[in-house]
Amino acid sequence: MTTLPDVSTDAIASARWRPGEIAFWIVVVACGFLFPSRYLIMTDIVRLALFALSLDLILGYAGIVSLGHAAFFGVGAYSAGLLALHGIINEPVVALVVAGFAAMVLGFFTSFLVIRGVDLTRLMVTLGIALLLEALAERFSNITGGTDGLQGIEMQPILGRFAFDIFGKTGFFYSLIVLFLLFLLARRIVHSPFGLSLRAIRNNPLRAAAIGIPVNRRLIAIYTVSAFYAGVAGALFTQTTALASLDVFSFERSADLMLMLVIGGTGYLYGGLIGAVVFKMLQELFSTITPQYWLFWIGLVLVVIVLIGRARIHRWALWLPNLVIRQFAGRRAVVVVPESDPS
Amino acid sequence: MTTLFTILFDGVAYGMLLFVLACGLAVTLGLMNFVNLAHGAFAMAGGYICAVLVNNSGWPFFAALPLAFVVSAAIGVVLERALYRHLYARSHLDQVLFSIGLVFMSVAAVDYIMGSSRVFIKLPAALEGQFDVFGVGIGRYRLMIIVICGLLTVALQLILARTRFGSRLRAAVDDPRAAIGLGINVPQVFAITFAFGCGLAGLGGALSAEILGLDPYFPLKFMIYFLIVVTVGGSSSITGPFLASLLLGIGDVAGKYYVPKMGPFVIYTIMIVILIWRPNGLFGRTAAR
Amino acid sequence: MFIRRQLLLVAGALAVAATVPHARAQEETVKIGLIVPMTGGQASTGRQIDNAIKLYMQQKGDTVAGKKIEIILRDDAAVPDNTKRMAQELIVNEKVNVIAGFGVTPAALAAAPLATQAKVPEIVMAAGTSIITERSPYIVRTSFTLAQSSTIIGDWAVKNGIKKVATLTSDYAPGNDALASFKEHFVAGGGEIVEEVKVPLANPDFAPFLQRMKDSKPDAMFVFVPAGQGGNFMKQYAERGLDKSGIKVIGPGDVMDDDLLNNMGDAALGAVTAHLYSAAHPSQINKEFVAAYKKAFNNRPGFMAVGGYDGIHLIYEALKKTGGDATGDKLIAAMKGMKWESPRGPISIDPETRDIVQNIYIRKVEKVDGELYNVEFATFEAVKDPGKTKK
Repeated sequence: MTTLPDVSTDAIASARWRPGEIAFWIVVVACGFLFPSRYLIMTDIVRLALFALSLDLILGYAGIVSLGHAAFFGVGAYSAGLLALHGIINEPVVALVVAGFAAMVLGFFTSFLVIRGVDLTRLMVTLGIALLLEALAERFSNITGGTDGLQGIEMQPILGRFAFDIFGKTGFFYSLIVLFLLFLLARRIVHSPFGLSLRAIRNNPLRAAAIGIPVNRRLIAIYTVSAFYAGVAGALFTQTTALASLDVFSFERSADLMLMLVIGGTGYLYGGLIGAVVFKMLQELFSTITPQYWLFWIGLVLVVIVLIGRARIHRWALWLPNLVIRQFAGRRAVVVVPESDPS
Repeated sequence: MTTLFTILFDGVAYGMLLFVLACGLAVTLGLMNFVNLAHGAFAMAGGYICAVLVNNSGWPFFAALPLAFVVSAAIGVVLERALYRHLYARSHLDQVLFSIGLVFMSVAAVDYIMGSSRVFIKLPAALEGQFDVFGVGIGRYRLMIIVICGLLTVALQLILARTRFGSRLRAAVDDPRAAIGLGINVPQVFAITFAFGCGLAGLGGALSAEILGLDPYFPLKFMIYFLIVVTVGGSSSITGPFLASLLLGIGDVAGKYYVPKMGPFVIYTIMIVILIWRPNGLFGRTAAR
Repeated sequence: MFIRRQLLLVAGALAVAATVPHARAQEETVKIGLIVPMTGGQASTGRQIDNAIKLYMQQKGDTVAGKKIEIILRDDAAVPDNTKRMAQELIVNEKVNVIAGFGVTPAALAAAPLATQAKVPEIVMAAGTSIITERSPYIVRTSFTLAQSSTIIGDWAVKNGIKKVATLTSDYAPGNDALASFKEHFVAGGGEIVEEVKVPLANPDFAPFLQRMKDSKPDAMFVFVPAGQGGNFMKQYAERGLDKSGIKVIGPGDVMDDDLLNNMGDAALGAVTAHLYSAAHPSQINKEFVAAYKKAFNNRPGFMAVGGYDGIHLIYEALKKTGGDATGDKLIAAMKGMKWESPRGPISIDPETRDIVQNIYIRKVEKVDGELYNVEFATFEAVKDPGKTKK
């Protein structure tokens, strides 16, 4: 038991805020003030970042792959939409939390299906659940509006004071604050003993079970939490766009999410955030240049990323920021993307 | 009663088609453990090659089919040698990223070259329409699909089980290192297998244009179906995917006929139930790889 | 440091630009934000509209009433939240004077509140649900509504001895609109619906649904599938031998879209549909339009292309009328009640509803010079959207 103090000091040390992280958030907030004409796309990115963070919690920390994370996104989106449409809960923040809980309940019940099986099975089961929900939403079109989506959602001002505006300013800062708070929570979770036990499970479930970690219960817990995050992301989507249509459940949404997270890197929380920025910017850039054929260039970028190797790209991308950080905060503070892939 | 048989017949034809389309994926995913989401792109290539040959160059349909196979296989072998083989050892996430990238590129490229409208292949008159056997409506085209795909399945099974190449492949899959030690050229075996799978997909693509519709989004639209076939079927043999395809085909067609409003539920529910009951698929090997 | 200062300057300029309300009328260009699906399942709709607009601008030049027309094309892949974001960005950042396009109903609806808020005309060139124009006083439609063609084919069917009909429609708003209006007129006239099937929008295989149709033994089947799916449908219709068993296809003309019709094969022969446009429409304007379109894009124009062609024409004419003043209210006022001769025939914009009023033609698929065409044989003149006149 002599190693125990070392583990805890190590854990505490790694949980400390690094200069790089602080710089990251400063840049993010600064963007909000620097590009007032681009609030909408930035809101989109923030939402995606939260959504990707949610997937990172299960993929990067617990090793559960999912191709159906849009299920929770969709449930959150429709919950928020229905709450606002029927005037059940008019206050966006409360509705946001309630929508998150709705997704969380679904996450809890489906987690029993997901924790069984190998990677491929999990991929297909999660995908199946999302597709089932999409079919359900289409079937019960009297509630969901079917293929046409929920129409006529009007959002009340946040906390009764901040109304959503056409430039998307309120929406952006609202989303950003939600993202930051939930990021703090996620950070707390992954650095807690609970989070450490998840990593043990990811690295080797058998060994984790052998040292007394209740593997299944931990997986169910994190899956449920992740569903909550995705639900909140979905609710943000509905609240900032006043839309909810069937495509919130779509396979493309789950697949894009996976791409973003993988591009950004899994298992260090920032991967999803950075991936969302990179992916969305590329998409925006290419689709502005060539609205017909942007898919080709996105595809090419993905192929090139893999051929060069994600690790190498991450090192290149961090070269300049690290150079700066080294100047100010010393050699030990440099940012490194951990290369840990499940599977 | 006769309707039931017609439904069954349609379901079998649809299932067979799915099998030819997806069995290449069963090989790459199941045997070579490579997540190749771009499999549908090879099917699309085959479909378009057939369409161009028949519609623009005036080839007969039955002459264009083998060529769809050959050209898709050739594209497969080139890509395998140039790109895929570097990624066999990489993580699944890398493979997903890479193959999705290929799908995106193929979609946009085909859109650029061929346009975004649906393409149809002009069929010989002999394949059009339906004839009755004891009141059961048999579509000529679907009958042809069943015949071709049935023969292919038998041939595949024989190749895998009886030929020298089949035993080499099985050895290479079971234990590549031991196989190399025994003097089997494992990379070559893999390349040939990969190309063959792509060729089958190309053939399937050419056959499916009539029934599933052929447009540049084909690989994205049917990716899910292919994955279902492979995961539900399991990857230890081709029997699993074959039965899974039939199940999926019949389930889909019957579901749409008898409960049209619940159509999509049927497939997805079947899939989830089977995967929970047997996480490695119907005929999966129990030991995790 | 220098770069950063420049960035700041640019950002500052953007900020100022964003807050200054539109000083549009004085500007020398009129910007049109064209938001259509250029990728994804609905891509062919977007392509046709884009092509038609390019063609129009080639023919008529890119200046009107002293203003240069600039088209900014965006791809929304028919996903409504994309549409909304793009519309918003085009209005706020690019300062477009008009937003146009909109391949599907949800996309058109998603942009509606923006049109109202920003007082920017929204020209709907494709989406065909009745309610769209009611969602904002700034929406004008140049495509069609499904009720227009469906009620008429319903009346026609009753009069022409069709008693029993089975219906097959795509399960989304336009499909339900088509079904409801057909049913109303057909049943009121004494017809009977013997089978009703709604097929999911994304549908790989029609076979089982068609089998249901066949088993219900109707005189004819009423079909609505969105543009682009018609080809597959007809192929399978023939394969199942429905043409031989005497079950005719009737419906709104979407299923017989001109850009796919010629590839459908002889099974399509004899199908009777009611629609706003046929490439075989016998007018000089249409002949020229079809010839020019074929020459430029190597394909026959469908009704989506006509929607786009008329849409851009409407904008041109409205600008001429206002003398180049592109403020939203003036443009909308100019568009109301406008009449012109389009390739599809004489059309006008209803000043009350801002929806299109057009002739609906009953057509039959026939072979003309070895190619399949929808040949018009009866005309219902100046049809308003029955979805609204009801209320």
